[in-house]
Amino acid sequence: MSQSLDAYLVLSGILFAIGTFGFLARRNAISMLMSIELMLNAVNLTIVAFGAFIPDLNVDASVIALMVMAVAAAEATVGLAIVMAIYRNRRTPLVDEYDAMRQ
Amino acid sequence: MAIPDTVPGLGISWNDVLFLVLAAVLLGSSLLVVTLRDIIRCGLALIAAFGALAGIYVMLGAPFVAAAQVIVYIGAIAVLILFAVMLTQAKNAPTRLVFQTQAIPAAIAAIALAVIVALTVTATDWGEVGSRIATATDALARLLFNEYILPFEVVSVLLLAAVIGGVFLAKREDRDA
Repeated sequence: MSQSLDAYLVLSGILFAIGTFGFLARRNAISMLMSIELMLNAVNLTIVAFGAFIPDLNVDASVIALMVMAVAAAEATVGLAIVMAIYRNRRTPLVDEYDAMRQ
Repeated sequence: MAIPDTVPGLGISWNDVLFLVLAAVLLGSSLLVVTLRDIIRCGLALIAAFGALAGIYVMLGAPFVAAAQVIVYIGAIAVLILFAVMLTQAKNAPTRLVFQTQAIPAAIAAIALAVIVALTVTATDWGEVGSRIATATDALARLLFNEYILPFEVVSVLLLAAVIGGVFLAKREDRDA
């Protein structure tokens, strides 16, 4: 099982689905950012799994995974800063109370 | 005393056992991340998920990616998220409802997504799939600093821009105080 590409890809797909559910269903903005991190990790797992099983992609996959990690770090920084800025104005981290544009 | 190739009594190899344990920890703690009520515990479960994923990277023969996973995700991103949690959770914040009203359709959509991905993956012939091969870290460094030097520099500029943007967005304005 640990020697087949399919097992890793299915694991990554389930992880991505969990992240999708969290992003769609949670009310807290920071929980939604955590779910995005889970989805990015699932994509990274896919990349590394392909790199481990397909010889032509072996080294490139690790490089691309490192790039994804750097971009994920940048995304977390800016996302959390935006959440902090909204929190200072609205005093709540719950996204369904951010309804200023609906009124 | 020699360790047997397979687990005694079960007949599956140690690698499979390790993969199953790591996958169970990864999926279990991810489910805790999206379902727990207390958001600090969500953050701690997120750290467990990142750690299990680092173990899976080691199994896949990518030790440098695993090290970067531990340093970047557990060391930086998880700590950043925990700090943001502590700054935004007021004591009287309403925590009655964890989920939005569309939680059930979201769950159905997520399960459908997982099933479709699993079916597609198992039905696809991935071509010349070899056995698992490890990534040599010196080859990785050579590739990163030769062929991928332009993306590397662009990513460093992106990180700088993210740092400046984060500081600008999060700094307190004077009239706000």
